[in-house]
Amino acid sequence: MKKIVITALTACLAMGASAVYASQADDIQSVRSYFKKKFPKVPFDDYAIGAYSLNADKRINWEGIREFPPFEDQVAHGEELWNKKFANGNSFATCFGDDVSQVRNRFPHWNARDKKVETLEGNIIQCQQANGEKPFKLKKGDIAHLSAYIASQANGQTINVVVPDDPDAQAAYEDGKHHFYAKRGQLNFSCADCHVYNSGMNARGNLLSPVMGHTTHFPVWRGSWARKDKKGDGFGTLHRRYGGCNKQVRAKPFKAQGKEYSNLEFFHASMSNGMKIEAPDYRE
Amino acid sequence: MELQVKPLAMAVMVMSAVSTFAIPNAVADHHGAMVKKGKEIAEDRKKGNCFACHQYAGAVLPGNIGPPLVAMKARFPDKAKLRAQIYDATAKNPHTSMPPFGKYGALTDEEVDAITEWAYTL
Repeated sequence: MKKIVITALTACLAMGASAVYASQADDIQSVRSYFKKKFPKVPFDDYAIGAYSLNADKRINWEGIREFPPFEDQVAHGEELWNKKFANGNSFATCFGDDVSQVRNRFPHWNARDKKVETLEGNIIQCQQANGEKPFKLKKGDIAHLSAYIASQANGQTINVVVPDDPDAQAAYEDGKHHFYAKRGQLNFSCADCHVYNSGMNARGNLLSPVMGHTTHFPVWRGSWARKDKKGDGFGTLHRRYGGCNKQVRAKPFKAQGKEYSNLEFFHASMSNGMKIEAPDYRE
Repeated sequence: MELQVKPLAMAVMVMSAVSTFAIPNAVADHHGAMVKKGKEIAEDRKKGNCFACHQYAGAVLPGNIGPPLVAMKARFPDKAKLRAQIYDATAKNPHTSMPPFGKYGALTDEEVDAITEWAYTL
């Protein structure tokens, strides 16, 4: 009897692990068909380069910048941070595993024990805290450099965010989805207003990018961030970008690596499922 | 109404030619000042920022999320409807991308009035 129960339990677990959350699969499918209809000439893989897939002139500028990327020194700094030993002799590899190429694509994921979405940057901070190190600031600088190095080592891997068969995980995904589609701020914009319905249109000189492919290239090095930074460092994390978007619509940004943005990332990154990591990258 | 307006307009022209201190001229000046103020607010990034989304004659690097601002008098014979659209576009269409400038306090009532006067000249 005991054996039968265990067998049945194992079968259930196996099914649970392999089952795709239907709502996530539907959302991915409907976003893909939406953009296929909206931009019939844009190949699926091109969405990974964001708005540059939609405008030939901007694409030429972007390709020009990538010939001499402005962010290489900072990615090299990220590599130093990865290899550096903590005071206790451990390093980031102690938390994430020795193979740095197998880190980026595990995030975001659902942590069933702590009942929360884990992100790469969130776990970098957690690793520092667990080892008695002073944590990085959350949105730019060292955290973005290390994240950029880790992401660069996963280039070419296919994004596959999994929402497990767990009501709490599914609730976190739905919360992120709600965040994405809800109107917010004094200017009353949802994420979807710009990055679904009006993608491909111009807000002044800015071409609005489609949601599909957004997370393939983070952390990003943005020209507009570099102009603001004393040292010209344009790097920022995905949650820094979320905060910027919220401020632009005059909504109060949530805390980077907090529950709201982590749940949003869970949904948002799902919309890039099936696309290849190509990070870091330059954006206007 | 039309008949009443025309003589008034004529009177304004005549009187403004006669005296710069005449009251009807002050009305015309006031309207001109409103249009000028409206344009300033419309083009202030922290206020109307209209050309982020709308093209209009003279707009520099305008966006194209909303329709171009042309022939406004023909499109909005009733000026109050134009004002209502600027004040709260979500009243007509909850899914609109246009911010409810007046309703959410991004612009004061006076600022909405001024932008309406300016937009009505386009």
